[in-house]
Amino acid sequence: MPEYSWPPMNKRAVMGKPFDRLDGPVKASGRAKYSSDLNKPGQLFGMFLHSPHAHAKVKSIDISAAKAMEGVTAIRVIAEPGAELQWAGQEVAVVSAVREEIANDAIRAIKVEYEVLPHVVREELLAKVGSRAKAAGEQVTGDPDKAFKDADAVSEGEYGCPVITHCCLEPHGNVVQWQGDTINLWPSTQAVSTIGGDLAKQMQLPATNVKVQMDHVGGGFGSKFPSDKWGSEGAHLSKASGGRPVKIYLDRANELTIAGTRPSAYAKIKMGASKDGTITAWQSESWASGGLGGGGMPPIPYVFTKIANFRLNHTAVSLNAGPARAWRAPNHPQASFLTCSALEDLSAKLKMDPWDLFHKNMDMSPRPEVYRKQLVKAAELMDWKKKWHPRGSETGNIRRGLGLGMATWGGAGHASKCKVTINPDGSIEVEIGSQDIGTGTRTCITQVAAETFGLPMSAVKVKLGDNAFPASGPSGGSTTIGGVSSSTRKAAVNALEKLFERVAPGLNVAADQLEAVDNKIQQKGNPAKGLTWKQACQKLGVDKISELGENDQRAAAKEGLNTSGAAGIQMAEVEVDIETGIVRMRKMVAVQDCGLVVNPKTASSQVYGACIMSICSALMEERVMDRMTGKVLNPDMEFYKLAGIGDIGEIVVHMDITPENDKRGIIGLGEPCAIGGLAAIANATANALGVRVPMVPLTPDRVLAALSMNRRNA
Amino acid sequence: MVSALSSQKDKEKQTKAAVSRRGFLGSAGVGGGILATSLGAQEAAAQAAANVMGPTEVAITLNINGAATKLQVEPRVTLLDALRNKLDMTGAKRVCDRGTCGACTVMVNGKTVYGCSVLAIDAVGKQITTIESLGGPGKLHPVSAAFIKHDAQQCGYCTPGFVMAAKAFLDRNPNPTREQVQKGLSGNICRCGTYVGMREAVLEAARSMKNA
Ligand code: FES
Ligand code: FES
Repeated sequence: MPEYSWPPMNKRAVMGKPFDRLDGPVKASGRAKYSSDLNKPGQLFGMFLHSPHAHAKVKSIDISAAKAMEGVTAIRVIAEPGAELQWAGQEVAVVSAVREEIANDAIRAIKVEYEVLPHVVREELLAKVGSRAKAAGEQVTGDPDKAFKDADAVSEGEYGCPVITHCCLEPHGNVVQWQGDTINLWPSTQAVSTIGGDLAKQMQLPATNVKVQMDHVGGGFGSKFPSDKWGSEGAHLSKASGGRPVKIYLDRANELTIAGTRPSAYAKIKMGASKDGTITAWQSESWASGGLGGGGMPPIPYVFTKIANFRLNHTAVSLNAGPARAWRAPNHPQASFLTCSALEDLSAKLKMDPWDLFHKNMDMSPRPEVYRKQLVKAAELMDWKKKWHPRGSETGNIRRGLGLGMATWGGAGHASKCKVTINPDGSIEVEIGSQDIGTGTRTCITQVAAETFGLPMSAVKVKLGDNAFPASGPSGGSTTIGGVSSSTRKAAVNALEKLFERVAPGLNVAADQLEAVDNKIQQKGNPAKGLTWKQACQKLGVDKISELGENDQRAAAKEGLNTSGAAGIQMAEVEVDIETGIVRMRKMVAVQDCGLVVNPKTASSQVYGACIMSICSALMEERVMDRMTGKVLNPDMEFYKLAGIGDIGEIVVHMDITPENDKRGIIGLGEPCAIGGLAAIANATANALGVRVPMVPLTPDRVLAALSMNRRNA
Repeated sequence: MVSALSSQKDKEKQTKAAVSRRGFLGSAGVGGGILATSLGAQEAAAQAAANVMGPTEVAITLNINGAATKLQVEPRVTLLDALRNKLDMTGAKRVCDRGTCGACTVMVNGKTVYGCSVLAIDAVGKQITTIESLGGPGKLHPVSAAFIKHDAQQCGYCTPGFVMAAKAFLDRNPNPTREQVQKGLSGNICRCGTYVGMREAVLEAARSMKNA
């Protein structure tokens, strides 16, 4: 079997180096064409009519006026009379027209009568959701009641994080054209290789009849995997309009209402410990909602999975609100927030530095050594031991605090196939049905191929974003980098072996004694006996070499190209103005476990970005539902707030790039770095204020309410 | 048709009619009987006014990146939509479509504006500068180049807007401090979280533009 394993860390010339992302120039000059930028010849504009009610039945729908409008090419009813709509924003009908403005007018000309039904859209008070609550069975381990009775300290708290949305800047949608028996789809997706099959199934076509192409995607964060109604309805509109392409994208209000959310998570948590800080018991009653389907229990207790005695109860709450979709590290930020908040409160009760409490109890985690090392590193970068002070010891109007949060994730590579071609002119082509969602996938694949062939980056051309290329998995769960790097490596090694076979006789060296380094093919370790890369490829005559490589998930661990398991610690330092209730970031530290890092520049960008997303969710982001109308109250970017450049403070990222970690192979890290920050900021705020603000985001009203509650209780 | 708009007053009237129509479109729910009536009233009022444009498409000429560009737009169409849908100039992006995120940033008469918040017909006679006027790959503007070097982009959807905002900011303020950069770019939003590289990028662009 060919030798696929990665070249040793100290021998790599291209992998592991901080190359600029290759699609940087087209993006930073505004030349990149996202699917939402396409203007195909004859293109029409599609638009949905969305339900104004959170729960309703369609009584009648009259499309005649809309249909008669000049410029309208097709119109379709999605919710026929009798259909039940389960959330505001759900699609009722769809039109296409020659101009976007006409589509807009046509939508308004559709007359619908609804029978409005009762809705439930808020879940923060479990007692108020009535029949929408569905309890899961209790889970008990050990003897929690006895453990609480024996504990030296017991702390109790309530914590909650609301539903947030993905708020991808490029909205959900696509350009789609159905001509004859073929559909061309230009989506905004994280799943180039699977979205076509998905649409084909809905349209009852063979999977190969849907051709998918996408160069760039303006953010997905887990919300852009399936082929949605904009795919299927857009295709129907296209067909009904004589096969003209239809561009159909959600506007911002609908984007924030129906295109995906992260489920909420609320919990009452009780923890017990002995005097020395050893955790002895956990009890939680949690609830969550991700829309109509309810919401599962986040994996709590998080990281500290080996607490000896615990009792877990969870209730899923079904709401008439836009459905959940995977959101960067599904359920982990919530679990980390609930668990680490409870731990911080426990350490306050014990009058212990939480750093000591976390450090002491790390044996209850799956990877104690890694976490302990990270705690030490993070403390050093934050100057924790010097800065930390007990809860409530800050006086004055501006109060500072420190907090920490933890993360764990898998990140093994997904199934991926890749084709690598060596051309007689020496150029290399890589074809792979993957996508670059902003993580630097194109750049990393190029690095892997260049490294394997001993060539500069410029010799390699990577083609992705097309389902005609060998299938590669969707970009979710931090699986892409491991998957595409492994399949590219294997395809490249396979192709190189073929080339070795072609040139070996002329060099009078056995093929398995050749290596490709520094633009040359030579006898291993002997530059004197070899050919330049160009000369070697000329030997191909007019033939090219094309070889496939595959990352098979079952075999991957054995091969050692990629693996899973990424721990992480994040620390936050905040400053709270107790007169205004405003929480400001001073500093964040992220210590991120990793394996072999293909490109430290794009990798650390992932971590910086994740820290900033954590700041957004800790301080600003919340989807606010209106109890009366059942609608989202803030489906815009004024009131659905995200951090700006002035809101982030200092951010320090430390990647654990070490020879030891490198040997583990590649591990994805888009998710693990997006987990611990929320808890860290919430805990830092509790530390600053001397009181827990139970619910995030930590908006001024919540901060002030917690402070005044504290004063009243004191 | 635009040339017929001689007096400033007429222009104002005209703009108002167009704005209120668009405002109506933005806020209307479906099946709003009352709103439908008021639209009728508005249209009647608009038709009574002198020199009314639309509601169908009208021919206008925009001065974009130094070139006179003819196009047909409905009066309610924003400058952003005119650029994107009519002229295939898609560097500016439509994200919030209401003046919050800056993804649509272009310059009009040397000042940054949100392209989603200006009507195309109101940009007639003004100098419009879009990111397409900056160099493309191979001939990058120093701001674009600095964004790449400091990896101040991930998905890149916000990037053209930030690059334009940064360019306009540096035109006005060639020697900014870090704090000024943060203020200067506070009208734009990035979801992927690229601000750390961006702070460095803008400071570096300032240095390299001075040395150029
Ligand atoms: S799209 Fe214009 S400011 Fe957001
Ligand atoms: S890079 Fe994705 S929104 Fe800024």
